[in-house]
Amino acid sequence: MTQTPSQTVGPYFAYGLSPQQYLYNHTSIASGNLRTSSTQGEPITIKGRVLDGQGNAIPDAMIEIWQADAKGQYNPTDSDFKGFGRFGTGTDPEAQFIFQTIKPASVDGQAPHITVVVFMRGLLTHAYTRLYFSDETTENQKDIILNTVPEERKNTLIAQRQETPEGIVYQWDIVMQGEQETVFFDV
Amino acid sequence: MNHNQRDWEVHPPYLYPDYKSTVFRAPSKPLIPMKHTLSESTGPVYGQDSVGQFDNDLTKNGIRNGEPLGERIVVSGRILDIDGRPIKNTLVEIWQANAAGRYIHKVDQHNAPLDPNFFGGGRCVTDENGRYTFMTIKPGAYPWGNHPNAWRPNHIHFSLFGSNITNRLVTQMYFPGDPLLQYDPIYQGVPEKARHLLVSQFDLSLTQPDFALGYNFDIVLRGHNATPFENQ
Repeated sequence: MTQTPSQTVGPYFAYGLSPQQYLYNHTSIASGNLRTSSTQGEPITIKGRVLDGQGNAIPDAMIEIWQADAKGQYNPTDSDFKGFGRFGTGTDPEAQFIFQTIKPASVDGQAPHITVVVFMRGLLTHAYTRLYFSDETTENQKDIILNTVPEERKNTLIAQRQETPEGIVYQWDIVMQGEQETVFFDV
Repeated sequence: MNHNQRDWEVHPPYLYPDYKSTVFRAPSKPLIPMKHTLSESTGPVYGQDSVGQFDNDLTKNGIRNGEPLGERIVVSGRILDIDGRPIKNTLVEIWQANAAGRYIHKVDQHNAPLDPNFFGGGRCVTDENGRYTFMTIKPGAYPWGNHPNAWRPNHIHFSLFGSNITNRLVTQMYFPGDPLLQYDPIYQGVPEKARHLLVSQFDLSLTQPDFALGYNFDIVLRGHNATPFENQ
């Protein structure tokens, strides 16, 4: 059978896909907060903007993340960590996406990473990328996926660790076009 | 390449200049092919516990003081993989404009009335045969700013998970015979041979006599044939 074609998420996804974040009176299945106080692992915040080809921050993108837990397990059976987050860039004054999560452990010998899926008005098909961590230099150098990326573009996938008063923040912008364009994968 | 990679002969390209918003948002460099690892052969699981009582009935889940206005319709179909196997127990999320072509979203300033009894968002989980069913109101067409006198055809937005993160799909369902389809750059962005896959079919067997018309819309996801490749 033929795959059903993709279409853009459009500008009005918020009340359908992330209603609680946008203060609509409906439950959400997922949010920017993936952890609870009992989740094992290093608590981290991931923050960034989605920039268009003119350098403007995009306020109507939706970012989803998919990650393993602190033991390197997806869909762990021994905890309530779902590993899936969804956040629209329309509620932060600087159009940032913000995820409160934990740093994932290595999976199958790969460097710790998070799968990131990008949706927005003007994107007819969603884009896949990966987030890696700046403090995992040794692991990153060995990573089988990162090593398929041209050397000069690897930095677009590496979130920068910052120690802030509110905890560990990884800063990572998604750049849709241009010199610093984020690497997107044909997954 | 796994045989269930994204089929770029059916999905729209990133850059489709007739749809103006693609011009500064489309990735400009070629995608880098990625072999599937455990990170790609897994995905979030949302089952029946993520669905509330009236979440599959948009004629009920937004009621404040009466019935929503418009034409009641049943929208139903099967979620299948490319081998035709049903994808059971997978979450289907939808959102849409009301009968007048107005979204409840704060950004939508189209001069058409909101319906106090219609929210426009819903979700359900597929059954053993991969079937989902919603009761809703037929959405109206509405103007948008892409080009002079641009109108979106009637449509319902769909979001699907399927069996792993590579199955993720967001799409739009259209209605048969809509004269606006030929002018809509979002629909026309899909390669011609695949456009019909986005158009639902009127289905008499889905109608509820004396109550609602019925449309069938099947969705084909990639499935889970990807073999995670051996590490090192």
